[in-house]
Amino acid sequence: MSSAAEERLRRQSARNGWLLSMPALALLAVAAIGPLAIIVIYSFLTPGQYGNVVWEFSWDGWVSILFTRDIFDGTLGLADAHLTIFWRSVKLSILTTLVAFGLGFPTAWFIATRPAQQRAMWLFLITIPFWTNLLIRTFAIMEVIRAEGVLNTALMWSGIIERPLAIIYTDVAVLIGMAYVYLPLMVLPLFAAIDRFDMRLLEAGYDLYASRWQVLRRVILPIVKPGIVAGSILVFVPSLGAYVTPRVLGGGKNMMIGNFIELQFLAGRNWPLGAALSVTLLVIVTAALLVYVRAANRGSNPHG
Amino acid sequence: MTEAVTIEARHAVKAFGQGEHVVRALDDVSIQIRKGEFFTLLGPSGCGKTTLLRLIAGFEMPTSGTILLDGADITDLPPNRRPVNTVFQSYALFPHLTVAENIGFGLTMQGRPKAEVKARVAEMLALVKLEAMAGRKVSQLSGGQQQRVALARALAPQPKVLLLDEPLSALDLKLRKEMQVELKRLQTETGITFIFVTHDQEEALTMSDRIGVMSAGKLQQVGSPRDIYTRPVNRFVASFIGETNFLPATVVSGGVRLSTGDVVAVETAAQGAVTLAVRPEQVRIVAAEESGAIVATVRMLVYFGTDTHCHLALADGTEVVARVQSPASGEAGIEEGSTVGIRFASGAAQVLED
Repeated sequence: MSSAAEERLRRQSARNGWLLSMPALALLAVAAIGPLAIIVIYSFLTPGQYGNVVWEFSWDGWVSILFTRDIFDGTLGLADAHLTIFWRSVKLSILTTLVAFGLGFPTAWFIATRPAQQRAMWLFLITIPFWTNLLIRTFAIMEVIRAEGVLNTALMWSGIIERPLAIIYTDVAVLIGMAYVYLPLMVLPLFAAIDRFDMRLLEAGYDLYASRWQVLRRVILPIVKPGIVAGSILVFVPSLGAYVTPRVLGGGKNMMIGNFIELQFLAGRNWPLGAALSVTLLVIVTAALLVYVRAANRGSNPHG
Repeated sequence: MTEAVTIEARHAVKAFGQGEHVVRALDDVSIQIRKGEFFTLLGPSGCGKTTLLRLIAGFEMPTSGTILLDGADITDLPPNRRPVNTVFQSYALFPHLTVAENIGFGLTMQGRPKAEVKARVAEMLALVKLEAMAGRKVSQLSGGQQQRVALARALAPQPKVLLLDEPLSALDLKLRKEMQVELKRLQTETGITFIFVTHDQEEALTMSDRIGVMSAGKLQQVGSPRDIYTRPVNRFVASFIGETNFLPATVVSGGVRLSTGDVVAVETAAQGAVTLAVRPEQVRIVAAEESGAIVATVRMLVYFGTDTHCHLALADGTEVVARVQSPASGEAGIEEGSTVGIRFASGAAQVLED
């Protein structure tokens, strides 16, 4: 066959390939790249008087992430309130991930060690909360932890406490709510990993003088690590951007980044700052993921 | 022999299930395994041999009875506190660790110093000839190599007893033969007591110092391979290890009378109806007219290369198989359909009571 014909065929197939991937590329452009581009562009514009933006270039959106301009002398100072919100968001997200892991691991282990015909039922029970609206689930948690709620009533009735615990509208309330909401996202990947775990390795571990704790630490955890990484990412990422839960359970004063962004777009009428904060959140999440995945890979593959 | 006993089971019972569905996987088994011997537990699947092994390892607690190690009761000790290691049927190597880390696992868990672990791992790698594989992940090894790693891992902490749960069953025939020799070599070199579980009678006969034959949760017979083969105590042992002709017979003075009326001279203390067991290779084919020979008709000849199996029928139709060594010509010199006489080699016929 002549090389010219081959070349034509090759080019044709390349063109067909592009044509066929057009729908996907168009969707990607409209749904992912487009909105992101708008956000990035808006972050460099000037806020309009009643929200929206004025098409005038400005660094102010980015500067005001970390600094505030003194209203009297116009000097820049560190925006403590903003830093507090960032720190609270990261801290609560990490804690949520840890709590979800602490509760999710025994749960996933329990399900994975049930007889095969029972597992489907347990997994089904785990996924049931997903069918309920997030807002309703959050209000349900509120019902449990508020001053006259189920928890306090029960504790007071049983005489353990005399005055209701002030949980609602604190960081603890937000933590409880987020851990509850995102727990299934931890359980499911952990279950998948534990389900693949060869239980005969437990006996091998015990046989080779490992205590229960050492078997957990040296055999089980390293082998189910991919599930731990997946579950942690699935919990950490939405926690960091959480909006509904801190809004309802944090009572507006314990803001997280998500609420802070909303504030800029609505009441604050500072769209560039909101846009800059959104990009910052995206960067933090991406950086956290990269660091975490790197660390996880290095840990599980020391000779690779 | 009056050697020291390493492992002893006393009236060990292991029952599974509840109520009416109780299965006695192990039914009152008492056994003594001597220091430094290669002991094989032989039996068909479900006979309780693996259960006994798991009781010794500590993975199962006996329903009743005791397990002793060097005379001390270890029945209630968890597996991680018994100086006993296991080579698992599935190998159960740790997939996240390298070959060297797998072998060193037990030593590390015992809290031995790093330098000692390293030296011992190197020693074990040399013992199983896997020095070049030290840094590999176990998934990169062949079945035979994984088997060696499993052996090295179990031997590294220098256990008092090594338990082997059908470790060769996953290997192909050629590799299995190699590993049989290898196992025997390792046992001799290390001097560790090996308890080997198998359902393969040939494996048991070629490798063991002593064999314990098990069936239906009970220990049927314990003895050297020769004892077990030549002096089986019952019909199960006789049929499970090697092939045997079973002939119905009645005890008479000076021997037993077969159903054909022929009398075979054997010594027995039994009375009444018994079974006479004779190995096919102990059946001699002679001329039909020879005095004392039992008359038989040749039904079929099956050529096996080294020997030929003659399927014979006695006068009353009882079937007997004789294994005749094939002569150089390949022809056994026996015609199908011809009438011949058979004799049993002296001392070869066994009287079994059940």
